Amino acid sequence: MLTLEKRPQPSKAWVYAAPILAVVITMIVGGAVFALLGKPPLEAIRTIFYDPIFGEFASYSRPQLLIKAGPLILIAIGLSFGFRAGIWNIGAEGQYIIGALAAAGTGLAFYPMEARWLIFPLMIIAGLAGGMLWAAIPAFLRIRFKTNEILVSLMLVYVAEAIQASMALSLLRNPDGHGFPGSRNLSQYSSSANLELISNSGIHWGVLAAVTAVVFAYFILARHRFGFDVRLAGQSPRAAGFAGVDAGRMIFICMLISGGLAGAAGMFEIAGPAGRVSIDFNVGYGFTAIIVAFLGRLHPVGILIAGLLMALTYIGGELAQLSLGLPDAAIQLFQGMLLFFLLAVDVMTSYRIRFGKTE
Amino acid sequence: MTDTLLELRGLTKAYPGVVANSDVSFTIGMGEVHALMGENGAGKSTLVKTIYGLVRPDTGSMMLNGAVYEPSEPRAARASGVAMVFQHFSLFDALNVAENIALGMENPPAMGDLAARIREVSDQYGLPLDPDRIVGDLSAGERQRVEIIRCLLQDPKLLIMDEPTSVLTPQEVEILFKTLNILRAEGTSILYISHKLEEIRTLCEHATILRHGKVVGNCDPRQTSARDMAEMMVGASLHVPEKAPHEAGEVVLSIRGLSAPAPHQFGTALKNISVDVREGEVLGIGGVAGNGQDELVAALSGEMKTAAGMVVIDGREIGRLGPNERRAAGLCAAPEERNGHAAAPDMSLTENALMTGAVRKNLVKNGLLDWPAAKAFAEEVIKAFDVRTPGPANAARSLSGGNLQKFVIGREIMQKPRVLVINQPTWGVDAAAAASIRQAILDLAVSGTAVVCISQDLDELREISDRFAALNEGKLTPPRRAKGLTIDEIGLMLGGAHDMEVAHVDA
Amino acid sequence: MDFSSINPILLLASLMVAATPIILAAAGELIVERAGVLNLGVEGMMITGAITGFIATVTTGSPWIGFAAAAVGGAGLSLLFGFLTQFLLSNQVATGLALTLFGLGLSALLGQGYNGIKAPEFPKIDIPVISDIPVLGPILFSHDPMVYVGLGLIAGIWYFLKYSRAGLVLRAVGENHEAAHALGYHVIRIRILAIMFGGACAGLGGAYISLVRVPQWTDGMTAGAGWIALAIVVFASWRPWRLLIGAYLFGGVTVLQLNLQAAGIAIPVEYLAMSPYIATILVLVLMSAGRAPGSLGKIFHASR
Repeated sequence: MLTLEKRPQPSKAWVYAAPILAVVITMIVGGAVFALLGKPPLEAIRTIFYDPIFGEFASYSRPQLLIKAGPLILIAIGLSFGFRAGIWNIGAEGQYIIGALAAAGTGLAFYPMEARWLIFPLMIIAGLAGGMLWAAIPAFLRIRFKTNEILVSLMLVYVAEAIQASMALSLLRNPDGHGFPGSRNLSQYSSSANLELISNSGIHWGVLAAVTAVVFAYFILARHRFGFDVRLAGQSPRAAGFAGVDAGRMIFICMLISGGLAGAAGMFEIAGPAGRVSIDFNVGYGFTAIIVAFLGRLHPVGILIAGLLMALTYIGGELAQLSLGLPDAAIQLFQGMLLFFLLAVDVMTSYRIRFGKTE
Repeated sequence: MTDTLLELRGLTKAYPGVVANSDVSFTIGMGEVHALMGENGAGKSTLVKTIYGLVRPDTGSMMLNGAVYEPSEPRAARASGVAMVFQHFSLFDALNVAENIALGMENPPAMGDLAARIREVSDQYGLPLDPDRIVGDLSAGERQRVEIIRCLLQDPKLLIMDEPTSVLTPQEVEILFKTLNILRAEGTSILYISHKLEEIRTLCEHATILRHGKVVGNCDPRQTSARDMAEMMVGASLHVPEKAPHEAGEVVLSIRGLSAPAPHQFGTALKNISVDVREGEVLGIGGVAGNGQDELVAALSGEMKTAAGMVVIDGREIGRLGPNERRAAGLCAAPEERNGHAAAPDMSLTENALMTGAVRKNLVKNGLLDWPAAKAFAEEVIKAFDVRTPGPANAARSLSGGNLQKFVIGREIMQKPRVLVINQPTWGVDAAAAASIRQAILDLAVSGTAVVCISQDLDELREISDRFAALNEGKLTPPRRAKGLTIDEIGLMLGGAHDMEVAHVDA
Repeated sequence: MDFSSINPILLLASLMVAATPIILAAAGELIVERAGVLNLGVEGMMITGAITGFIATVTTGSPWIGFAAAAVGGAGLSLLFGFLTQFLLSNQVATGLALTLFGLGLSALLGQGYNGIKAPEFPKIDIPVISDIPVLGPILFSHDPMVYVGLGLIAGIWYFLKYSRAGLVLRAVGENHEAAHALGYHVIRIRILAIMFGGACAGLGGAYISLVRVPQWTDGMTAGAGWIALAIVVFASWRPWRLLIGAYLFGGVTVLQLNLQAAGIAIPVEYLAMSPYIATILVLVLMSAGRAPGSLGKIFHASR
């Protein structure tokens, strides 16, 4: 029999080894799934993990990598604060949508005025504010009525999606669009466009924002009292109360950070890669970012790496879809599997396995 | 009375890094009340769990009534006639008394019949109990009664009791002992685990003493002095804490009409508590668990806010302030639960030092953490309080209970507070560490700090208090000079055997 | 706008149908949570049940085999959660989320090629005599069998928790796992069984959507029903009969908004579509929840 025994100290080695092992196991099991689907497993794995960076069309896919990783990292950094503190905002997708809508609305309100110095920053502020507002709802309900923030934030995703559809169909619909749903293209309006800063690099303002968020989060967690309070609240809520951390305030701040960053990610997306408000411009970044946050161990640098890895599976998945006919659902499964295996091997961080009889 | 009921032969159980029991052998006679004594960590719990089928020994064997006894799980133990009353009750707050009892029985009768049986047995043994009450609403003494009756309904041959008196008032202890004597007369054997020497001397006819997992002595407690037994238990003569003579000074802490609602469903409301504590004085607050101790500490530490004027330090009203503002005002606290309340188990000692030391030790500047200073503070505490650990980078949970407690109390004392509030300073701590903690508290008082020490250990309070008061259902008795108070007087202050009468009325 | 097209009898009858998936899934989750486990993967198990049930039905032509397959599928997926949380001691919130994400991917993969196919019909049974009662008959006694399975499940769970020994043990494990362990109950075994039961029920709920309510397969077709089931368990304060009220409330809002859409009311469709979710939030806020099981969501590890 195997028994688990709690380690006196969390293992440092496993903190780093667990995500790597999880990725390796996912590749093996994922390969097996691809084989079951009748696709050559090694080629599929290579197409997903190697080709986007080094393959034939890498010059096209490499910039895509940053474009996809940017929002994932930005959202995941925000979520990581709450997750560390035991506050489960899983409605980042909704906050992302509302942030994008707020930003798009702001930008389009000025159309066709030419004032990038004013409009673009205003849109960023609107994106942040929209996401924060949407996250403030579950935060407020949790503090005031003890309503479960997991369920409320998730319900609000569906509400946000309905609002998004309505916006695409009515308020923000392009008046010159011949009645088709969808707004004007913000990336073609020079005052609002979130364009590549260096051509063909994939780097736009959102990517810069993501990197800034990583640096800032690292600093807060390592050196600032707030970062310490976040960790304390997550590990021992009672001890945090004793140390003077106000639980309600902590919930509010963490929800606002995650909502704000998700909203900002939505803004950068709607003004750049997505371009316009449509019925379903959201592609699930808010949910995938949850995987990114965990895979990155809720650590800023880990999230940076995990975000790039997850972006790789998106792009590699698209390539595999084109070249091998691998269904895109397989990639979704692949991402879910990654989180599963991480949670499974994570046990090694706090426990060691002992062979021998149980009690 | 000489027939053997249970015989233990060479029981050994090792865990990684520690041998909990090493070659333990002794016998329990029929109808015998047998004491198992030892300090915290001496291996009593492991041994008892072995007998109750929760732990399997590595080597060694047991014989019950002349037959080999190898319980694979508690059910098997219960089927063989072994029953146990746990120290930390194995009860379910949200369920009622009858349901709780049914869960501890192999083949419980239908609920209606069971309720009748409970009434019957509880009357027979003088332990009145209403089967329909929700256990979470019961007092500690009543909860223990649930456990005892659960055992008695199965006609046990051997009843194991783990520290049963730690939650009782002296008067309740007397009632319990009467019950145990009835059982003894009926031929039931009792394995009585305790470290309270006087109790063992009144109740038990045989004692086995464990130290570091080994049997270090056997004696007849009625013929052996408490001092000798204590030395066998600890392995050395004990240092008794001393307080340098001094006069109490100005009033530092005033609690004025402190009232607060119960913070959760099974909590206790505080009712109009008023008391002053002076410089250099130790106010001991006794009481049975669950009478408002946690709530009082929370109201003083700032975790629970009250009206401003209910808590006053040096003339300043602080009832509305949070924990850190109160620390700045000079009030430090140490709650009862070390793991997860006074300390964060998964965090390093440095981080734990920072947790409460940030304000008074100036470890945070402009919101930024001063890690070197926090580490230095942790090292200071480790050194001054002889905390056994490889260093401040180790996680709090890697420390033994006694060492972590020394760290937690030391952390507050080293901040030189004006007022120190501590709850159960030596709970679950070995005797040597307990003595050093008590000495440190007394030294702090001599240096001019006003100390409020809440404890359920009456011996401890008698040792260190200048004045004594008791918490009872959220009310505090007027404090009295500790010197000269008898154990009976203290018992009455704690509420006597009030639970009994309450239970009678309800039943 | 034409309200006369809304038939109150049909409305109430379809309310019972709309509530059934939620009842099934929430009943399972109620047992899981009473055992002290928080499984947030209901949505993932539902959607997995929806597709396994759909595939089995289309393949065999029998909805009964389909529902059985859905229960197996849901329970199978829940075992993953059980293994991770009970043996590998992973965080239940994170693992539940992973289960949902995984289930959505898995079902989409399995459902390749099943899009757009119509499921064989699951016939209604008109209970003799009483289904002919005017008004009440069509509302209550003229449904497909799963509607009654759902109601029976609630009654069964109520009886199980209140009167059976096993139900008492299950509640004890959920209330205080340390104490249950000290008394010799197998906490992990009981929880694994509860988790599997929850998975099977969620699978049935999912299959009800793909086989009866819609009845065809589309990716992500459960559309948050699993989350609503979780919310209803909280709303019900972990009590079976209150769960029924919550599910009917939700079913009522859903059916009403669909009817209003059909009646062409002036409110845009999107705002009607969001009403069930907003209703769920309101219900969570307004009903102050009862006391959750004491050990809910906590990791159990038998130490010395």
